[in-house]
Amino acid sequence: MTVPIQCAPDETFVLNLGPQHPATHGVLRVKLTMDGEYVVKAEPVLGYIHRMHEKMAESGTFAQFMGNTPRMDYLSALSYNQGYVMAVERAAGIQVPERAEYIRTITVELNRISSHLLWFGAFVLDLGGFTPLLYAFDDREKILDLLEHVTGSRLTYCYYRFGGVYNDIDDDFITGTRAFIKRLRSRLPSQYHDLVTGNIILIKRLKDIGIISQEICRKYGATGPVLRGSGIKYDVRRNEPYSIYPELKFDIPCYKECDSMARYMVRMDEIEQSLRIIEQALDKLPGGPVQAKVPKTLKPAAVDCYANVEAARGSFGCRLVCDGDKGPYRLKLRSPTYSNLSLFGEVAEGMLLADALAFMGSLDLVIPEIDR
Amino acid sequence: METSIWRPILFLVGIMAFAGVNAAWLGWCERKGAGHIQRRIGPKEVGPYGLWQPLADGIKLMTKQLLVPQGVDGILFRVAPVLMMIPAITSMVAIPFSEGLQARAIDLSVLLIFALASIGMMAILLGGWASNNKYSLISAARSVSQNIAYEIPMLITVITIVMVSGSMNMEEIAKDQMGGFWHWNIFRVENGTFLYMWISFLIFFICSVAETNRAPFDMAEAESELVAGHMTEYSSMGFGLFMMGEYLNIVVGACLTTVLFLGGWDCPLGLLPGVWWFLLKIYILIFSFIWIRWTYPRTQIYKLLNLSWKVLIPFSLVNLLVTAVFLKVF
Amino acid sequence: MSILRETKWALLELFPEQKAGEADAEKAAREKAKADALAKIEAEAKAKAEAEAKAKAKSEGKEGEAASSDSPKKPSKVQETAAESASVDLAAKVKGEAAKQAAPVEEIEEPESDEPPISLEPEGARPYGVMVRSYAARGYHLDVFCAPDQVVAAAELLDGAGFSLEAVTGVDWIKEEQLEVVYDYNRTDGQLCRVAVRTRVPRSAPEVPTVSHIFSGANWHERETHEFFGIVFQGHPYLVPLLLPEDADFHPLLKDFTP
Repeated sequence: MTVPIQCAPDETFVLNLGPQHPATHGVLRVKLTMDGEYVVKAEPVLGYIHRMHEKMAESGTFAQFMGNTPRMDYLSALSYNQGYVMAVERAAGIQVPERAEYIRTITVELNRISSHLLWFGAFVLDLGGFTPLLYAFDDREKILDLLEHVTGSRLTYCYYRFGGVYNDIDDDFITGTRAFIKRLRSRLPSQYHDLVTGNIILIKRLKDIGIISQEICRKYGATGPVLRGSGIKYDVRRNEPYSIYPELKFDIPCYKECDSMARYMVRMDEIEQSLRIIEQALDKLPGGPVQAKVPKTLKPAAVDCYANVEAARGSFGCRLVCDGDKGPYRLKLRSPTYSNLSLFGEVAEGMLLADALAFMGSLDLVIPEIDR
Repeated sequence: METSIWRPILFLVGIMAFAGVNAAWLGWCERKGAGHIQRRIGPKEVGPYGLWQPLADGIKLMTKQLLVPQGVDGILFRVAPVLMMIPAITSMVAIPFSEGLQARAIDLSVLLIFALASIGMMAILLGGWASNNKYSLISAARSVSQNIAYEIPMLITVITIVMVSGSMNMEEIAKDQMGGFWHWNIFRVENGTFLYMWISFLIFFICSVAETNRAPFDMAEAESELVAGHMTEYSSMGFGLFMMGEYLNIVVGACLTTVLFLGGWDCPLGLLPGVWWFLLKIYILIFSFIWIRWTYPRTQIYKLLNLSWKVLIPFSLVNLLVTAVFLKVF
Repeated sequence: MSILRETKWALLELFPEQKAGEADAEKAAREKAKADALAKIEAEAKAKAEAEAKAKAKSEGKEGEAASSDSPKKPSKVQETAAESASVDLAAKVKGEAAKQAAPVEEIEEPESDEPPISLEPEGARPYGVMVRSYAARGYHLDVFCAPDQVVAAAELLDGAGFSLEAVTGVDWIKEEQLEVVYDYNRTDGQLCRVAVRTRVPRSAPEVPTVSHIFSGANWHERETHEFFGIVFQGHPYLVPLLLPEDADFHPLLKDFTP
């Protein structure tokens, strides 16, 4: 429900949403100028968890920065692993063995599901529904167990290496993943769609709320589910194929409604598509080494290259500038939610506070990734 | 017996105890119920099944400092939580728990309870206003508009009950429904005509969820939007009293529903009427409150108000008219 | 015309000198490519004939073997030519390969691909202009180096062509006493073409005009670049630190920054 705001400036007040607020999922602060319950102006204030990862990259070697990548978007950490590893591999011209690419795809898609599940729970929590969060965490826990088994950590994975992955997957992981696919497939319709997606309150809260036009998406450089929820079928995995994605069959969910419900549906469908991808990758999993022969210290030639991956929240880009030294001369981390959040101010104008927060939830923000 | 000094004292103590036990252990029920709905255990550390958890919470809340922030309206800030509790406890005076088990038989007891319920809304308004916090203020404005919107359909449905029963005395209304569930107001048959009172019941139930500020209508306390709404600035027992007041309001709401629609202390099969049936009914109703809260997401304030003004009020008016016509014509 | 070529020629509008040169070069290149292809086909035909002759001579007993060793060579050769044409993205490459493998050899005569060839690395300092990069090696297709005051014109051009701004990167080239700003453009309509527009300004007076009025998303990217490098984006509506504290007057990503 958006209405034009017509009031004198002295009838408005400023509401500081955050940096500690239940709906901002972290330390985002939004300066809202309000007219009653209507948002007149929204200005996100960032930087509360800024750690200057880009400077840290410059002061170490390529390998030393690996540990930083999962600390940006801790919910889809493996995508960030992959983005950075791909940039370095591109600069140094490293070929990754096929098995390693398959393992990367399987793990990164598992990570994507876990990220979407967490978003699902947190989003419904934003709307006041507590229980789905616990159901989502129940499933997410299974993924964390699987990934812990193979990567050694549960949240901030540092699993990929230049030219491969840290260790091979075993039969336990494969059977566990297959069991998980079966389990989630049976739970998706009953525990997620029946309980939440079809709920009339949820639909009323999300339909026609937070409409992002395609033009706004383009002007702000929005990517990921936000873009696909606005009817643009763009997915780095499909449009700019990397790893083994060209060999796999999967659909790019895309909804034309441009509202919060469309973004919700995109993510829910993506969970199913990721299950499909994992299943195919497991079926096709080739043998062979999981790590290419790579020198201990990388010294790529002076080059300026860019690598892009589809993280759970959109396109994560890594611009790596090398000067022939052992570490990055400059590493730019292009995080998807940074661009996705930047359109919040324009779209949230004229919304009700509750709708603005529902809209913010539908953007799927991870603040450490925005602040870097 | 009316003249005995012991009766008021006994009832006072009894009601206070009932209110206190409910306010404390309904919190436990809510947490345990939520836990099981969410596939976890809920409180389990303090005592068997976590049963002493409310005591631990109470001790913790009482030993904490009641922080009065700078810039708040000190008097109103302190009065508001008390104002939340008092009307809820006072309402219980007029509730007939069983035949003769009523502190004071008042002829206009239905009216009294609604009057007191409105004071409870004042507590949220005062607390929100006095806190000098923007979230609290929004919460106060929301709760007032919400309560006004939902009191109207609620009262209109009560009028249908009063018309059917011909009394505003709670005990009379309850006695009118004795003798099995087919006599209850919800399934009321008058002069051989089924009155569709369950529509009234549905409207009344929705309104009582909204009146008690429970999810999915917990606009005043929408924690993902307004942090904790009117309770944002409260600590210690100030917060505790608000919480207890919320549960007592639920108890009063459930009692009211039971008396008005579900036959009071009557057994569904007309056997052994007594206070246990009354308690069973109110706890089933309270459980349904908890169940709803942990299942649905929250609505949005404007949609909530639209529901009342555009759906419930017209419906209840039509319902009132139809019931009146039925009563007169048939 | 492929999107890559289209964008390249659109961007060459900014560099009239290079455009004229490129047009000539391309014409020449096309003719040369045609000649090459013809020569290649001739050579191939010759080789084939030779092989056939050899096979015939040898055959008598083991005809089948010679034929089978001959046939798989052809597609691999075609593949090589396809790889040479490079700068084709992976998907297109796969598709192209499939098409070429299916096509009979004679059809190679057509210009092998619509994609412009990869530019050679210039000797010494790079002049202003557009360069085509190998996507496989760099991750972007077009590399535009322009004067600071051409940034806005480039942004307008790309905005008109339906690009979106993905990121703004600052780089501190302290040895050359310069600061570089790289704008990464991308398309989201399914056609793959990444453009990196870069410009350099002296460290002593780092001033670049803003593109935030063209791409609203640039607002934050420029604020970020401003606070990290001290680059002033002229005309930016609200150039205050975004990630650093509001009163930060230091620029941490400069190479000579000491905390």
